[in-house]
Amino acid sequence: MIKIKDLHKSYKMGSNSLHVLKGINFNVEEGELVAIMGSSGSGKSTLLNILGMLDLLDEGSYDLDGVPIKNLDETKAANYRNKFLGFVFQSFNLINYKTALENVTLPLYYQGVKRKEREEEALRYLDQVGLKEWATHLPSELSGGQKQRVAIARALVSKPKVLLADEPTGALDSKTSKEVMALIQDINKNGKTILIVTHEEDIAKMCSRIVRLKDGVIMEDKKNKMIKAI
Amino acid sequence: MKRLFDKDTWQEIFGSIQKNKVRTVITMIGVLWGIFIYITLAGSSKGLDNGFERAFQSIASNSIFVWAQYTSIPYAGYKSERAIQLKLGDAEIIKKRVKGIKFIAPRQVAGVFGSAGGNIVRGNKTGTYAIYGEFPEYIKIATAKIFDGGRFINNSDIEKERKVCVIGERTLAELFEKGEDPIGKFISINKLNFVVVGVHKFVQGGGFGDDGDIYIPFATFKKIFNTGDDVSFFMVSADENISGLEVEKNIKVTLKQIHKIHPDDDRAIGGFNLGEIFRKTMNFANGLTFLSLVVGIATILAGVIGIGNILLISVKERTKEIGIRRALGATPSEVRSQIILESVFLTILAGVIGIILGALVLYGINAATEDMTDFPYTNPTVPIPYVLGALALMITLGTLIGIIPAQKAVSVKPIDALREE
Repeated sequence: MIKIKDLHKSYKMGSNSLHVLKGINFNVEEGELVAIMGSSGSGKSTLLNILGMLDLLDEGSYDLDGVPIKNLDETKAANYRNKFLGFVFQSFNLINYKTALENVTLPLYYQGVKRKEREEEALRYLDQVGLKEWATHLPSELSGGQKQRVAIARALVSKPKVLLADEPTGALDSKTSKEVMALIQDINKNGKTILIVTHEEDIAKMCSRIVRLKDGVIMEDKKNKMIKAI
Repeated sequence: MKRLFDKDTWQEIFGSIQKNKVRTVITMIGVLWGIFIYITLAGSSKGLDNGFERAFQSIASNSIFVWAQYTSIPYAGYKSERAIQLKLGDAEIIKKRVKGIKFIAPRQVAGVFGSAGGNIVRGNKTGTYAIYGEFPEYIKIATAKIFDGGRFINNSDIEKERKVCVIGERTLAELFEKGEDPIGKFISINKLNFVVVGVHKFVQGGGFGDDGDIYIPFATFKKIFNTGDDVSFFMVSADENISGLEVEKNIKVTLKQIHKIHPDDDRAIGGFNLGEIFRKTMNFANGLTFLSLVVGIATILAGVIGIGNILLISVKERTKEIGIRRALGATPSEVRSQIILESVFLTILAGVIGIILGALVLYGINAATEDMTDFPYTNPTVPIPYVLGALALMITLGTLIGIIPAQKAVSVKPIDALREE
């Protein structure tokens, strides 16, 4: 599903250049639930941003489901993001003046799906994350766990090839974290490829594969016996 | 362009506008105020314009007064400082020689320019009023109007030297009982009895005269005051398509020839050109209209810049939202067009409300001043092209000003936008 070869990325900081990713080689098969681990500064978020086409790579190649991701301009990146990827963020990133339902319909709006279809589809996904009754509520009326589940529904609604989650449990307590992870495992069980960036060992253990990054290189890449979240 | 007519685009814009009510209202106030000022100013100056026109409509706007004074240059054997006396016969000569004269009315007067007026007696009421010797032509030139039921001096009055008179509104109020019909009643002018045949309503329109003036036939006047064929001054109305100034000049030339005045003697014949005053007043009104347009457009401009300003701040505020949208697949052009459409939509909405408020204020002013005939303000309207022009200007400016925040919105990388807290 994902093929990364010799990936390099550095950031210019004034006259200095910060080499963040120093030759990453890594493939993800369809249906995997991968945890990318590493301390801060290890380059794990940069890697996820490049995978998410929110950032550009300097060297190397990136193939997503057989499509080479290169020569990205903003419009092309936006279209790829919309078609191929679903994002889940640590801080949920829901639009605060839109209801749960409206938030979930947004990716479909940018796909040009008709309003009625959009809402039916969004409601189906809200139901899947167990928040059908909360559809008309604003994010401010939802708990952290509920917000993250809305965000997950939003990430799934466009039927992406890969779900990218950046510290999805970072802002949640351990009980809610487990609930959210259980949902993610559930989605994975249905065949979705999922990448999770985390620095929490017990979250990583709930994944089928753990990739450890340190100082811009992969230190360890091993299969994991997935622990059920709940 | 396809996006412009898409229902979803508008729902997205309405959503964003509705859910940021304070921002929306503040944004709109600037433009609303601008267009409101524009409409009110443009309408008011149009009202003033109409008002001036109404004030002048009662008088033939091309009318000219000509009178005689003292010569200032010796000529044809006469020395300087000779008093010139206009004669009745001058009128015929002027009419023959000067092109473009519609009416010419020779007038005699007692009671202005230092001469004694007529002593009027009716029963035990008395008064002194200016007495004018008139020809029927006068009423076709003058501002005065005759009230229903009465008439002005006619040709047969002149031929038969009738002792009839037309009195003013004030004369009526001072000599008659309230509600009394003066037509057919007698008043005594310098101990001679005159029949009242009409009452005139005086309208201020330049020149002199007032609402107490009494008009009698020219022929009767010259007998009472023993003035022969002397004329105090001529009142002339020129054809509409001819320059009043040209006619005035030619009349003066003719009078100088008749009375043997040096052609360069500018003092001997005096003239006053109402058409000229009218033209100057209308120029003033046009200037006012122009000024109000400039001020109005400048205010709209300021308002639209205000919209741009607030949208710029709002884009900064919404950086994260925009980042989220882009992460979810909004292309830069979609983000850009949404912000520009928001700007244009707000501008138009504010503009339309401003137009409505402005129209209401104009309506209010009109209602309040309707009965004030002295106040030169009638029917304040804003011509439709001005309104459409203002709307077009607003849409253009709204688009242009929207480009700045729109460009700013897409200039932030989605990754940086998402990091924004």
